[in-house]
Amino acid sequence: MNKNTLSYKVKQFLMFAGPAAVLFCAVVIIPFVYGIYLTFTSWDGISKTKPLVGGANYAAAFADTDYWHALGRTAIYSIFAVILINIIAFFLAYLVTSGVKGQNFFRAGFFIPNLIGGIVLGYVWKFVFNRAFVAVASAISRGNASSLLATSGGAMFCLILVAVWQYAGYMMLIYVAGFMSVSDALKEAALIDGCTPAQAMWNVTIPLMRASFVQCIFLSITRCFVVYDVNLSLTNGEPYGSSVMAAMHVYRQAFTYKNYGLGQAEALILFVICAVVGITQVYIGKKGEVAA
Amino acid sequence: MTDNEKAARKKKIMHAVMWVVLLLLFLCFVAPFILVVINVFKTKADITSNPLALIGKHGFTMKNFPEAMKKMNFWRVFGNSAIITITSTILTILVSSMASFVIVRNQKWPACALLFSAMVASMVIPFQVLMVPLVSVYGGTFGVLNHRLTLILMHVGFSVSMATFMFHGSIHTNIPLELEEAALIDGCTRWQTYWQIVFPLLKPTIATVAIIDAMAFWNDYLLPSLVLTKKELYTIPIATQAFYGTYSTDIGLVMAALLLAMLPILILYVFLQRYIVEGVTSGAVKG
Repeated sequence: MNKNTLSYKVKQFLMFAGPAAVLFCAVVIIPFVYGIYLTFTSWDGISKTKPLVGGANYAAAFADTDYWHALGRTAIYSIFAVILINIIAFFLAYLVTSGVKGQNFFRAGFFIPNLIGGIVLGYVWKFVFNRAFVAVASAISRGNASSLLATSGGAMFCLILVAVWQYAGYMMLIYVAGFMSVSDALKEAALIDGCTPAQAMWNVTIPLMRASFVQCIFLSITRCFVVYDVNLSLTNGEPYGSSVMAAMHVYRQAFTYKNYGLGQAEALILFVICAVVGITQVYIGKKGEVAA
Repeated sequence: MTDNEKAARKKKIMHAVMWVVLLLLFLCFVAPFILVVINVFKTKADITSNPLALIGKHGFTMKNFPEAMKKMNFWRVFGNSAIITITSTILTILVSSMASFVIVRNQKWPACALLFSAMVASMVIPFQVLMVPLVSVYGGTFGVLNHRLTLILMHVGFSVSMATFMFHGSIHTNIPLELEEAALIDGCTRWQTYWQIVFPLLKPTIATVAIIDAMAFWNDYLLPSLVLTKKELYTIPIATQAFYGTYSTDIGLVMAALLLAMLPILILYVFLQRYIVEGVTSGAVKG
């Protein structure tokens, strides 16, 4: 058989990549393109006609103060969560690679929250905040303490705490891989040259682990920015809509208030912001990468 | 005492301190789960009066479990989750490993280059951008929501790009071209070569993809909640959410439902812990 004919190539491609290409196009490419079209319509989700409205949805999205509040809240939440996740994950990775007894057990243990879905985790923590924390606080103050989830600042604190708890173990695994990739010979050379262990860590190990940092920060930013499950089960936007994150706002705009066009426009803006932040971060991070 | 002994002693003390710190942190990490386990064996009144007590005033009770199981329709939703997770994972592995094979070996074909770059680029798209058009197309135009198969195919479609990317790397670096050439000379077709030579060699990557995707499918909430709205099709995350909505005041039942939702994967983790940790690490570092 001649392997240079077009029909051979087409057959080969369809035989191996056909199913993947069809499914990928059906659920990612077509909805993505169609979604851009939807942002120019004022569809309500039920009627057959989708009237074209031009850029009205984008104008409405920019004027939607609730949306910008949700985005601002998401940014604050993400900044705190990303910084804390990475500090704690790095610290955990340092501890579980230092050669203490049972370090594999600890690694496996810190990873447990990642095994369980956000919905279930949210309800578990809701119980902890509403019952266990309240019981402790009441015992200390000898009065009736109220739940952290009842105040807007408290709800935000709870969301950040759960995010840190949820992702620190996962990021720890990436940092562990980073620690293992730095050869002991380099660290020893630094110590022989007169570095203190802290200096060796700061000037040798951390610069060589830059790729791990870039990756962990990218993963934690992109995950925090579109948080939904934990938001839904832990606070459901309460109290008084003060903990509605961007993804939840988009969901409600589309499926609860039936403003599909507007919701989709807001989702696209969220995507653009998320992509720009993520890619910039990777670009800056990669630029200064060093190799041993 | 010599300097060496001093250093060794200092190291020992450091390790002991680190171990204690690790243990305390570990306890913080598992405390929420422990609280659920403690309270699942208490009556509603005992949980409300003291959620921290090990055993309530009314003593040890097993009543919460059977009731929560019945009300949550546990075996049914467990079965749904299992069917959907297993089928989607197997399909993802087959479909994406095949695609990556043709892509790696024929990089000059425009169709291969286009498909692969579209897949890589699509990995930055969050699900929120796709959910409205997805519901509009498959709910409105085609009317195929509320079928398990729809959800399975959607799961595969969403995870195929990441999986193809991982298989791509693994075929590119680990499968020598000479092996395939030898098989071709011996008379294998491309199809036979793939299944008999290449696919078996991909085992480590298959394990990684299986672990990452199975966990993602098992725990996914948003997509299944949009696709499956009938009660008899619910998966564990949706059923948990629905259960909480109805019985949130009956806290003993809620504890049992949450524990039931967590148990299957925790039990699996006890046995496959090493593979899961390794799979997730290699998946994250490559991806």
